[in-house]
Amino acid sequence: MEATQEMATNNEAKKVEKKPLEKIMLICAKGTIEDVYATLIMANGAVMEGIETKVFFTFFGLDAITKKRMNKLHTETVGNPALRMPGGLPFPTLLGGLPGVEAGVSAMMRKQMEKLDIPPVDEFLDMITAGGGELYACKLACEMFGLDMEDFDDNVKDIITVGQLYEMCDGDRTQIVFT
Amino acid sequence: MAQVTIAGQAVDVNEEGYLNDPSQWNEEIAKEIAKEEGIELTDKHMEVLKFLRQKFEEGESITIRSVGKSGIVDIKGFYTLFPQKPLKKSSRIAGIPKPASCV
Repeated sequence: MEATQEMATNNEAKKVEKKPLEKIMLICAKGTIEDVYATLIMANGAVMEGIETKVFFTFFGLDAITKKRMNKLHTETVGNPALRMPGGLPFPTLLGGLPGVEAGVSAMMRKQMEKLDIPPVDEFLDMITAGGGELYACKLACEMFGLDMEDFDDNVKDIITVGQLYEMCDGDRTQIVFT
Repeated sequence: MAQVTIAGQAVDVNEEGYLNDPSQWNEEIAKEIAKEEGIELTDKHMEVLKFLRQKFEEGESITIRSVGKSGIVDIKGFYTLFPQKPLKKSSRIAGIPKPASCV
């Protein structure tokens, strides 16, 4: 009987104890505007909450930290059923394939984001690292694409292996998120 | 909603400790709230707080980026002044509502 009561008290205590996230590792593997910004907004938000934040860029996600490409990311205009024309009509896939259309749509996306005070990629990386967030590039993908630290934004801390990534993810209040 | 006494003045705060009425704010109150957050306010802190209050009064959304562009501090400096949760802490100390933006 006493044991049951004790358990009940313990359960109540558990309910009120909060366990905020302490560390997050975000993985960015795609290079479209929306994929990259999903990662960066999540990362910056975590830094602003005082959560230890690390971002791992791999495959096409490396575009987000590659100096030559980071501020020229595009949105997908072909095979993207969620894309709409201004006004809400569906965006025809055939139109999306015409020369210049993807660039135009992408420029519109960037302009819209600027209005909401969402910075360009390079400035966003500055913001994340200014708050203590860390950026890493995937070693295997760097070898595949022939990229080196010199190709990357100065905010990138290192090129690491998957093993190193997991080593960084210690602690029981850590989450790994694949955006 | 609760009424508490901060720096000898009765103010209304919400459950997270943000002032419900920004007009009840003054510098003494700011100093008290800052102490709770473990911050000793300097002139630089105060400049940031006044900037935030001004933005709030103008009805503009407050982001970490806008603070960085204010000319008062850069973003790194902002994190140094209000460690861990700069925008939330500074908003609370400035007596304005909890920030509602995602950046």
